[in-house]
Amino acid sequence: MTERFATETIFEPQGLSRRFGRKQALSNVTLTGTKGRILGLVGANGAGKTTLIKLLLGLLRPSAGTVRVFGKDPIAKPEEVLARIGYLSEEREMPGWMRIHELIRYVKAFYPQWDDAYAAELLDTFGLDLRDKVRTLSRGQRAKAGLLIALAYRPELLLLDEPSSGLDVVVRRDILSAIIRSVADEGRTVLFSSHLLDEVERIADDVAIIQQGRLVASGPLDEIKEAHRRITFRLPTPQDHCPELPGLLMSEGDRDTWSALCNGGHEACRAALAQLDAQILDESVPPLEDIIIARTGKTLEGDES
Amino acid sequence: MMIHISTRNGVPIYLQIVQQIRHQIASGRLRPGDELPPIRTLAQQLVINPNTVARAYRELESAGLITSKVGAGSRIAEGVSPLARRERMRILNEVIDGLLAEAHQLNFSDDEVVEALQQRAHGMREPVAEEETDHD
Repeated sequence: MTERFATETIFEPQGLSRRFGRKQALSNVTLTGTKGRILGLVGANGAGKTTLIKLLLGLLRPSAGTVRVFGKDPIAKPEEVLARIGYLSEEREMPGWMRIHELIRYVKAFYPQWDDAYAAELLDTFGLDLRDKVRTLSRGQRAKAGLLIALAYRPELLLLDEPSSGLDVVVRRDILSAIIRSVADEGRTVLFSSHLLDEVERIADDVAIIQQGRLVASGPLDEIKEAHRRITFRLPTPQDHCPELPGLLMSEGDRDTWSALCNGGHEACRAALAQLDAQILDESVPPLEDIIIARTGKTLEGDES
Repeated sequence: MMIHISTRNGVPIYLQIVQQIRHQIASGRLRPGDELPPIRTLAQQLVINPNTVARAYRELESAGLITSKVGAGSRIAEGVSPLARRERMRILNEVIDGLLAEAHQLNFSDDEVVEALQQRAHGMREPVAEEETDHD
């Protein structure tokens, strides 16, 4: 990752691996979470996103490699690490019998820095009712309640596991908007996992793409996008296959007109096409979704759209 | 201020903001002294990263189109005229580039494009004679 100005590392898995029995859930993942930035963790279901988040929280022990959060090992020093993290789990586990005011009182007891005014404001923004029982909440309300108790003690780091998954557009907007606001106001660091690439593209500063437990690509979103190009060109004579181009990841087309997604450098690609006497019809930076399909060979949106 | 963001077309989001504000200045919808929404507000409204909005504002500022003062927010710079020919030309060129790229894809030569343009312009000046294309 390029560093343009002084940066502070907030979390740092290094060579991190985790195995469950025979299944290698995470393999040799090294990443840097920088203060004040939003990292989007992208991958299909089962790619290892939740495993990585649980390792950062110290909820799982690494099979190999190390985890540092605020420079500390979350397993050795949970009290120093966890108090500074806000966590929204994928299942949003919360005691079903509690009413929201009981839930708030319960979580508040763990965090001396709990901010009542902020909690009240979030309650209002999210339209939650203190008397409602967790069990009776809709999916969207559950997500909102989960985010409220993760934000109200103003943690320095937010770990959000699929914060907007399975929610309708309006609720998703409320959730993302609250996350954006908490970052804009306080320079909070965020890691959120998602398979909704539109939202990753809108919100993330940095992206880490994982597939089957391995990191396929990571870095500033702008740089990742800028390194890829979709080039549409016409060949002087028809061919059955797309010609070999520098960093060719994916191609479609037939006979004389082809569209290729490459990451081998724009100049090198243009030079290669010039060699072939090909005419470039169009050149553009592809959407993140196309890059991920090209890099991992599949789409991420399996069970929902 | 209405800004529409798309993640489908590959144009970086900060650039979409810059372009749309430029257009709104050029068309006179934003005038000198008009206040831009604070970074946080626009980021929340568009559901995008605040750093992206900040980057767009920085670009607009270094282009001299807006001025930012600590505590006072950002405003459209004084002396930025909607009639600034250079700015309107820049926007026109963007559109022309898109048109040419499209035309080349469709296998039209530049001369054919110019000719088609003149015909359209001619047609636009005489909008009364509506062709009855249904019958040919």
